[in-house]
Amino acid sequence: MTTKDTVYIALFAALTAALGLMPPLHFAGAALPPISAQSMGVMLAGAALGAKRGGLALLLFIALVAIGLPLLSGGRGGFGVLLGTSGGFLLSWPICAAVIGYLAERDHEGGALKLGVYIALGGIVLMYAVGIPWMAFIGKLGMAKSLSIMVAFIPGDLIKVVVAAILAENLRKAYPNL
Amino acid sequence: MLDLYSPGSSLLHRMTPAPKMLAMLIGATLLFLNQSLPLTIAATLGILALYPIAQLTLKQAFAQIRPLLIIFALFFAVQWYFSGIELATYVVLRLAALILLASLVTLTTKSSDMIDTMTRGLRYLRPLGVNPEQVSLAISLALRFIPVLAQITREVREAQKTRGLERSVIAVAMPLTIRAIKMADEISDAIDSRGYRS
Repeated sequence: MTTKDTVYIALFAALTAALGLMPPLHFAGAALPPISAQSMGVMLAGAALGAKRGGLALLLFIALVAIGLPLLSGGRGGFGVLLGTSGGFLLSWPICAAVIGYLAERDHEGGALKLGVYIALGGIVLMYAVGIPWMAFIGKLGMAKSLSIMVAFIPGDLIKVVVAAILAENLRKAYPNL
Repeated sequence: MLDLYSPGSSLLHRMTPAPKMLAMLIGATLLFLNQSLPLTIAATLGILALYPIAQLTLKQAFAQIRPLLIIFALFFAVQWYFSGIELATYVVLRLAALILLASLVTLTTKSSDMIDTMTRGLRYLRPLGVNPEQVSLAISLALRFIPVLAQITREVREAQKTRGLERSVIAVAMPLTIRAIKMADEISDAIDSRGYRS
């Protein structure tokens, strides 16, 4: 890995943290972790940096959260958050970014629409596939109930997918050799 | 540095991060394996008792739980409705105990110490191709980039405000990402030109 790769990894880890500074959108009432822009960092890192660097960027981010930096939206941080109900979602982030990156790299000329599909696969389908069983297990909730709770998040996540796809596609055009 | 650390001189403060982390992981695993409510209550009280020993107030303990109160209430309600009050208490109490236990480590350890321990531990991963120096470079860069990105966001917002575009996500995020990547390129050139070998 070159120095440039290291700097990009750090940049997208920081970008994910910076997205957490944006005020989160409460639209499930106050019932669940409010919709934050933060998981867009996962989508962007994967789509822009590819599998390896994107995955490492999010691994770095999660490591910084685990050692106690308040980088998650709402100023949360520390090991406890990773063990909590939404811990599965957070721990899935590096894998999700890597999968998005893998798909995006394979189809470099695919255009924004296909990129959006890849981002949705990694950033929604896969993330939920890890996060929901985790939530069901930690909260002893059962899959069906956990699943129904998460339905409320899908609209917000779809918006994030669209924004991330547009940004990443433009970024690919501006920096073809990123 | 932005940190959740609470200064003090207790035994827990003086311990090095590695054994603390290990003890916390073992404790968390035990909390998970145990299925009995009385033991969970005892564990929660035991963990709470560690707070004054670590020169932390119960107010600080509560502050760790507070952001999660609504989620706890929701879980409690769902469990109570479907499985009875005993399981509801057990599940929520176990979660609270986990958070309190992990926060105990977070509150008594400086993140800089934690980062040092982590990068030292990474030495052992060298055979797997992990380069500890590169990881510490990435950590320090990431921590430095966060305020810089916040600053760039403010500047781009100002600029787009004059065009009436400050509410458009794309119109703010696109120049932000381009500028950030340009900055990253310049920084990596600067690092390379100073002969840094990672």
